[in-house]
Amino acid sequence: MSGGRVITLTIDDRDCGAREEQTILEVARENGIFIPTLCHLGGLHPVGACRICIVDVEGIARPQPACVTRPVEGMRVATDSPGLRRQRRLILELMLAEGNHVCSVCVVNGHCELQELALQLGVDHLELPALYPRREVDASHPRFSLDRNRCVLCTRCVRVCSEIEGAHTWDVMGRGLASTVISDLNQPWGEAESCTTCGKCVQVCPTGALFDKGKAPGEMRKRHSFLPLLTAMREEE
Amino acid sequence: MATTISIDPVTRIEGHARISLYLDENHRVSDCRLHVTQFRGFEAFCRGRPLEEMPALTARTCGICPVSHLLASAKACDELLAVRIPPAAELLRRLLNYGQLVQSHALSFFHLASPDLLLGMDADPGQRNLFGVAAAMPEVARDGIALRRFGQQLIQRLAGKRIHPAWVVAGGVSRPLERKTGSIILAELPAMLTAARNNLARLQGVLENFQAEIASFANFPSGYLALAGTGGRPEYYDGPLRLLDQRGQELFSEPVAANYGHHLAEKVEPDSYLKSPYYRPLGPEEGMYRVGPLARLNAATACGTPTADEALAAFRELSSNGPVASSFHYHYARLIEIIHALEKIEELLGEEATYDCRVRATAGANAPEGTGICEAPRGTLIHHYRIDEQGLISGVNMIIATGHNNLAMNRGLLQASRAFIDDGDMALVAPTDQAAPPAIREGLLNRLEAVIRCYDPCLSCSTHALGQMPLAVELRRNSGEFIGRVTREMAANHD
Ligand code: SF4
Ligand code: SF4
Repeated sequence: MSGGRVITLTIDDRDCGAREEQTILEVARENGIFIPTLCHLGGLHPVGACRICIVDVEGIARPQPACVTRPVEGMRVATDSPGLRRQRRLILELMLAEGNHVCSVCVVNGHCELQELALQLGVDHLELPALYPRREVDASHPRFSLDRNRCVLCTRCVRVCSEIEGAHTWDVMGRGLASTVISDLNQPWGEAESCTTCGKCVQVCPTGALFDKGKAPGEMRKRHSFLPLLTAMREEE
Repeated sequence: MATTISIDPVTRIEGHARISLYLDENHRVSDCRLHVTQFRGFEAFCRGRPLEEMPALTARTCGICPVSHLLASAKACDELLAVRIPPAAELLRRLLNYGQLVQSHALSFFHLASPDLLLGMDADPGQRNLFGVAAAMPEVARDGIALRRFGQQLIQRLAGKRIHPAWVVAGGVSRPLERKTGSIILAELPAMLTAARNNLARLQGVLENFQAEIASFANFPSGYLALAGTGGRPEYYDGPLRLLDQRGQELFSEPVAANYGHHLAEKVEPDSYLKSPYYRPLGPEEGMYRVGPLARLNAATACGTPTADEALAAFRELSSNGPVASSFHYHYARLIEIIHALEKIEELLGEEATYDCRVRATAGANAPEGTGICEAPRGTLIHHYRIDEQGLISGVNMIIATGHNNLAMNRGLLQASRAFIDDGDMALVAPTDQAAPPAIREGLLNRLEAVIRCYDPCLSCSTHALGQMPLAVELRRNSGEFIGRVTREMAANHD
């Protein structure tokens, strides 16, 4: 356990002890307080991409992403309120409305973190008009496919590929609605020379955007238990 | 002045059927059209999707007979993978198809058709539904519900709750069948077979009450298209595609699914999304054919299962020379097929090979094109896909049973409306008759609806809850000018 100054703060009126290099999300989890997340994945650097984990911090007008906010002495954090829930639902709705999510024919139907989150947050229909973008499926890789219609730009694939595998095949290109994950210099995945075909990106992707070829709807289950093991072993070295 | 009468299902407008009757100057029916607006944009919807999604995608899009779409689609995908699926997978897919046949035919016969057949075409519309049948003949309703449930449960036991889309997959099925499950199904079979036989006898007993309907419910010569089994048996899952002419002579027998287009051409109507296929060499008029139970039994020389064979022999006697031509007998054929399916289910569950644990061949996209043909309860179903080098769908063509029957349904409606719309009915659309509400008899609406129902088309309106399509007759002049509308309720008041 690394050092660092010990800080006390309250989360949902509970006194919690924390080290200064921790995040509010980590402290909350240590104390058994649940904060919903999507882009966050233990073992990868947090980036605060999805904003599902927002919490209220006393004295700060806007909600803060718990996964990248550090605790400060005397901080008072609230993880749940009607307002936070409304905003989380809205964020999720925006994600869903921006892509094309037809769960019933999706490879991860029933095992999807996005779907699970929608269930948790009570998003069972869209109040926002869906954009129905036309996005292409990249099935050029011999073993895996990328369906950008289901990508929520969480960047887990980007991070695992760069931080763990060390290949950095994936990155994000474009801005706003035009943002998209790309392989190498925006080449078809099958032509991306940096890709080692390790499949880590496929396993950490929270949705059906990255999947094994040949899987029928509902058949793809993601496994990312390898991640904490890998990081733990590397820390030991 | 020529006038058009349109019959609309009023409560469910989207994607359903409308009938237009065209009247000549003497107010006689001159032509008849069934408009269907289904499958809009379906092809565009599939383009660019991975082939593995197609079975579930097509099954979800056409919710009326999902199992048939799963099967035709998976067969097309097997061709795209260029694999021969494991023997057990084929047996299990066949089993699933028979389950679907039983449940779908039970719905059509008992829930939708039996009120007309057992209570009479002109019976009180308030009673002419499954509840009416249940009150008058409780055992019939009980049998119908039991048979339907048996079929549905069989599907669930194989494929999981609510037809889990991933059981039938490209390359086979995803899970083998457990012996325990097989025994449960087998134990229920004898009672189902008895129920089906009793109702066949019941139908045979009332047929003579329907001589007028038998004579005019789409009673005309046509071709008959179906998959051909070995030894002249009916085939539901795989086999050459075969067309017989009106006398029962073979016009073609095509063993290669992909060649269907050599024989069948598709007529596209501007006012309907449903394509109307016909036998290419003869053109749409002469080349019109029917599919489904009637066609399959007309094409078969024997069922190969004992009880169905007895029934088939009696069915044959309906026509002294060649195929049974009246679409009214679709109902009869459906009951025979229920019996046959139950016997086949028993046969399949008795086979050792059905329980083999190897049920799936895995492969990538290995062929540019794939065609899958199977017999849906309503008739021949064709799925034809093309994929790009990555295995993503680049082209789709589907011919559904209701499409095959489209031309025959139109001709049947024309025939029935000519026979059952009399001069009294026609007077009401006389150009002078502006103010008075048109007085079309409810019994007439019901007969037109019953003609459609013979074919059991996969229009949502045809499976409307209580077995009655919500109908309205719209009267228009040729110019499109609106004269009036009759709903079923209004018509009932006139009777
Ligand atoms: S990625 Fe998840 S939410 Fe999106 S379609 Fe697939 S199952 Fe549904
Ligand atoms: S492909 Fe998956 S892991 Fe990558 S950004 Fe999109 S949703 Fe996240």
